[in-house]
Amino acid sequence: MSPTNDLIIALPRGALFEPTLDRLDRLGVDTSEVRANDRKLVFEELGIITMRPSDVPTYVEAGAADVGITGKDVLLEQASPAAGEARRDVYELVDLGYGRCTMVLATAGGPDPALAALRRLGIVRVATKYPRIAASHFEETGRQAEIIEVKGSVELAPLTGLVEAIVDLSATGRTLGEHQLVVREEIARCTARLIANPVAHKLKARAIDDLVERLRAD
Amino acid sequence: MIHPIPSGTRDVLPDETRELRTITEAVRHVFEQAGYGEIYTPALEYEAVLSRSDLRAARPAFRVFDERGQVLALRSDMTVPIARVVATRYANSEPPLRFCYFAHSYRAGRPRARQAREFLQAGVELIGSPAPHGTAEVLTVICRALDACGLRDYRVGLGDASLYPDLLRGVGVSDEDAARVLDRLVERDFVGLEHELSQLPLDDAAMALLLRVPQQRGGADVLRGPPGPVADAVAGMRRVQELLAPEVGERIIFDLGLVRDLGYYTGAVFEVYDPALGAPIGGGGRYDDLLGRFGRPLPAVGFALGVDRLHVALAGEERQIDRAESVDRAESVGRAEPVDRADQVEQARRP
Repeated sequence: MSPTNDLIIALPRGALFEPTLDRLDRLGVDTSEVRANDRKLVFEELGIITMRPSDVPTYVEAGAADVGITGKDVLLEQASPAAGEARRDVYELVDLGYGRCTMVLATAGGPDPALAALRRLGIVRVATKYPRIAASHFEETGRQAEIIEVKGSVELAPLTGLVEAIVDLSATGRTLGEHQLVVREEIARCTARLIANPVAHKLKARAIDDLVERLRAD
Repeated sequence: MIHPIPSGTRDVLPDETRELRTITEAVRHVFEQAGYGEIYTPALEYEAVLSRSDLRAARPAFRVFDERGQVLALRSDMTVPIARVVATRYANSEPPLRFCYFAHSYRAGRPRARQAREFLQAGVELIGSPAPHGTAEVLTVICRALDACGLRDYRVGLGDASLYPDLLRGVGVSDEDAARVLDRLVERDFVGLEHELSQLPLDDAAMALLLRVPQQRGGADVLRGPPGPVADAVAGMRRVQELLAPEVGERIIFDLGLVRDLGYYTGAVFEVYDPALGAPIGGGGRYDDLLGRFGRPLPAVGFALGVDRLHVALAGEERQIDRAESVDRAESVGRAEPVDRADQVEQARRP
């Protein structure tokens, strides 16, 4: 059996990439080839495919990969009931513990501009890369919000008066601090998760259980 | 001119229809040989009648008002309409009753995951035949139907819808807490399951049991393990297993964590998997209480195969066979002429 048990595993490039490869190294997978090849996507011998974190659930749900690793933030964003869609049909098997960060609601410091907007205008404008998480957070807390999806630096939006608040992922709070933004609410704690395709979970049970066990023991 | 149709619906043109027809004819033949009579029911039903089964089970996604202001709903499966037919048209018939259908149903779906909003199902309902014999019969019919289509590598997961609720009750979890825990299991979220359980006053042994049992799946050895609160459900699965012919039995994956996201299942539940498709091809189970809600209390069991998914799985298996053959050929050719010839063979055979 190969180190990943002949499973095809989808790995997230980006912030989770290094700690994920470190973790696989400790399971006895030699990831040096993956580290050395920035632009290669498929590592057939290792059973590894690499992609952006938000694509991992897509590949795993469709069965193009048997298992995958991605952030809980990605899973939440693709599962929020506000989107009117069922969650991704994948198993969430292990909380891997690393990649720890928090989904927060942040505004400029001083008197809370979001509160003022809600009180006087009845609605708060919120910029985010996570429109579904943001929408369901405001829905669940009974407040009206206009969610504005941005693709680039979210911190720019409150600084320019586009919005009163942002919903974003924060690991250390440094980026927020640099832009004089303060955390007003914590929405969810997020870590890396191991997910599995529902059919692979049945047909490749032994390989998946073995991987789960070794990841838990690590 | 492009005139759109609703997302999650589609037109089926002659080439595809011909292939689908091959599948449904093979399945129909098996169903008829096994004594299941084909029926049609209206796609539109009174919402009030569909909802007798409880809304969570019927979960109609599309409703319309008719000219008299009555609320009509598009059926979301065939099980509830057939329960209605049995209660009204076969009120005095001697069970067991056997029906099959090839019909479209309608659900709110996500087109991205091949979950159409309109989908064709081939299925059977066996009314008035309790566990374990009824369950074993239906499992056998599923396997015969899939064999007749030529699907090679499929497996059938067999679980019990009452297993995990029994287990929770057995270790003293209240119904309210149990509902939250079960939601996590239905969502396939084992991280969330562990979190919910950690909030409950459970001792270590109970906690370990509740986490271990739903992950157990595999051969018959799965049924030897857990004693105590799940003994009934496991004994039921074993009785079903004993009734199966060897060629059916070897297709079964016993799965103590199998739950189906439909309110009406009471006992055995099943799902059909094939390595060529990332989602189950079909599923079903026992619904011993549903007929009672329509006034004719009879135990029942049924299943439905998604014809489109079955078609995709068959095509996927075909591709795998082609690829394996072309690799064989490439290897034998490769000795005389190296790589690029092999690539040509591979490419010529790819669709």
